[in-house]
Amino acid sequence: MFAYVVRRVLATIPVMAVVALFVFSLLYIAPGDPAAVIAGDQATPDDVERIRASLGLDRPYLVRFGAWVFDILRGDLGVSIFTNLPVSLMIKQRLEPTLSLMVVTLILAVSIAVPMGVIAAARVGTFIDKLVMGFAVLGFSVPVFVVGYLLAYIFALELEWLPVQGYTPFSNGFFPWMENLILPAIALGSVYIALIARITRASMLEVLQQDYIRTARAKGAGLRSILFLHALKNAAVPIVTVIGIGIALLIGGAVVTESVFAIPGLGRLTVDAILRRDYPVIQGVVLLFSFTYVLVNLIIDILYTLFDPRIRY
Amino acid sequence: MERRTFLGGAAGVAAAGASAPALSQGAAARTLRVIPQANLTSLDPVWTTAVVTRNNAFMIYDQICATDAAGNVKPQMAAGWEVSQDQLTWTFTLRPGLMFHDGERVAAKDCVASIERWRRRDPFMQVLGENVAAVEAVDDTRFRFRLHRPTPLLIMALGQTQFPCFVMPERIARTDAFTQIRDTIGSGPFRFLADEWNPGQRASWAKNDRYVPRDEAPDGLAGGRVPRIDKVEWTIITDPATSANALAQGEQDYWEYPLHDLLPMLRRNRNVVVEQRLTDGTYGVARFNTLQPPFNNPAIRRAVAMAVDQRDYLRAVAGDDPAGWGACEGVFTCDTPLANEEGSDALKVRNIERAKAALTAAGYNGEKVVIIAPGDYPQINALSLMTADIIRRLGMNLELISADWGTLVQRRTSKEPVERGGWSIIHTTSSGQSLALPVFHLFLRANGNNAWFGWPDVPEVEALRAEWVAKGGDPAESRRIGQALNRVAMREMYYVPLGYYWQPSAWRRNVTGAFRAPATVFWNIGKS
Repeated sequence: MFAYVVRRVLATIPVMAVVALFVFSLLYIAPGDPAAVIAGDQATPDDVERIRASLGLDRPYLVRFGAWVFDILRGDLGVSIFTNLPVSLMIKQRLEPTLSLMVVTLILAVSIAVPMGVIAAARVGTFIDKLVMGFAVLGFSVPVFVVGYLLAYIFALELEWLPVQGYTPFSNGFFPWMENLILPAIALGSVYIALIARITRASMLEVLQQDYIRTARAKGAGLRSILFLHALKNAAVPIVTVIGIGIALLIGGAVVTESVFAIPGLGRLTVDAILRRDYPVIQGVVLLFSFTYVLVNLIIDILYTLFDPRIRY
Repeated sequence: MERRTFLGGAAGVAAAGASAPALSQGAAARTLRVIPQANLTSLDPVWTTAVVTRNNAFMIYDQICATDAAGNVKPQMAAGWEVSQDQLTWTFTLRPGLMFHDGERVAAKDCVASIERWRRRDPFMQVLGENVAAVEAVDDTRFRFRLHRPTPLLIMALGQTQFPCFVMPERIARTDAFTQIRDTIGSGPFRFLADEWNPGQRASWAKNDRYVPRDEAPDGLAGGRVPRIDKVEWTIITDPATSANALAQGEQDYWEYPLHDLLPMLRRNRNVVVEQRLTDGTYGVARFNTLQPPFNNPAIRRAVAMAVDQRDYLRAVAGDDPAGWGACEGVFTCDTPLANEEGSDALKVRNIERAKAALTAAGYNGEKVVIIAPGDYPQINALSLMTADIIRRLGMNLELISADWGTLVQRRTSKEPVERGGWSIIHTTSSGQSLALPVFHLFLRANGNNAWFGWPDVPEVEALRAEWVAKGGDPAESRRIGQALNRVAMREMYYVPLGYYWQPSAWRRNVTGAFRAPATVFWNIGKS
């Protein structure tokens, strides 16, 4: 197992290298010019050229790529073209809000969706099953920003229970922190809940047809025990897989959610950087997201062995 | 239903009906919480011309002289200035008590270094630059301009608002004008709190207790710049509906640029004030690429202009309320000394059929017209879509490209034919101040390759502009040249003026002391 983990960690290096090459090349050929954005309308072409030169954007592709890779190997993600701040600092400033949003969303989604899926499977064909599946369809169909605005309207503007926008750091206390995250987490989690609930139901339905479930019933095991002790564990592999895949969904959804609720997270940092063509920031954030995704997949692979002892690496 | 419509509805219902929450005590009561018009990404007002950076600079830095509400230049850091009898020496004297945020006294050498850095980038000073023999400190409190020839426009350049001359400590101002400064020490009414700066989230300024304001009431950007609040905190909220909701709920105190769609709803909220703070409007511009067919033909450009009705454009941007916009069918800012409509006949036709006939007579041959519309820039996008509609109705061969602003600013530099990545028409907006005088009127310039994108080459315009620089000090001459410039620009029609719209601001009713000025500034503003 240990050797497997080491092998997988080492395998991330070429993956990250390919991502780095891909991201850098894509940005190189993409239209847009940060020097023109900085210089503004009043600038002459000479001014723009001088700014471009001062930012090193006039250097050949290979020279720029080589310098960037060299810096990354030294742990330096570079400096933002616009803010003049280190990219690592800008990512650090934005990491906590995004991590908080994702963790709360993940906990909320799993704790709601898994029981929903299990109950729907246990009551297949009944009103409860239809209600759960109806919710799942709704969760898939309604865009995150619509859910976000509706929640803000009801709970922030009408009832005045929660703030409209913003983020309070965890260091200011659990409740202020949580107060700002409840609505965004529900909005972001709606798709995720729908996805996990559907997969849990489908997986549970398959497992509930198995002989050992019939045996457990025959031995007089209670419904709760059958569902949560015998069936759920055996249905867990696809559920864990979809939770992992859903992390990518969360990263994408976080961009919209952070905008609707004005959360200063990595999603907004990415969009702002893309719109301005702040290349070092885009490169740094995409590398971070890619690394996170690779890491999540590794963790999921390891979790498989816990849920299914037959899986060995 | 479009997303924008949905947002307007959701935010509007909320803004109209929400009751005012009690203002929190303590820090919130001493802090002005502002939603700025854009994210503050750079702090150097010389390095970038971004308006949001300039607004930040007005808090941090002070100016030697500044523009009042009537457009006159008044002393600010300067106690005053003297012009020698031969008009070749201008000597400025600093008023006493000026201190930088780090406790250093402001000296004449700081002003000289700041002027030197600024004039390398400011288009106005670049025009006047050849008249300047030297800028030098006389002693600690006086500095002077030595000139080769009389330059009455010098004071206008020094006190302008579109590219203001801010004073920094000499050690910072010595930085190359094309390199971004990191240090934010100034002598203005507020100090920048660098530790609290999180670009994209928050920027904060604290009251500068050492600041000695002028003993005068605020008047535009001139007069006393009294900081009346302990802290100004900008929170970047990119979503307009969220901004409206945050203002309605009292989570924010001031919204600099509310979306026009949301103004009626904000006005219905009894706790919110919606008013015009900027002294001039925002002007729309449709720019032709004069290097490539079909718009290398002035007659075709004029034919398109004949189909333009500025009111349609302005309604698309700022809504149906005529109080929110105004037609301005000349190249100079309306209600300024040079405003005139000499030769603006094409803009008064406003008729598609007549424009079609003119287009045929001009020899339009079905060449492709590429318009680039920036989807992430609502006002400019609306202007672009209006022109696209006109081009389509004229029966021209239109290709409408939707892109983001970042892509547009790069593509507009291309002089290639449209088939090889070029363009035919782009749009932009500009503050009225920038179009008031020939010397910094970007879209009027017609010096070929050195002109703004579209690259018109009309020597007559350049000659008139040079004449204005020489004789612009005389009001009668200035007006005469202004009329001639309008006539030639309308004849050549290398850009179509699209009128102007007002951009009001919105604030909570407990915000006090807001006044009209050429830029958004936060001195004199407090909270009750």
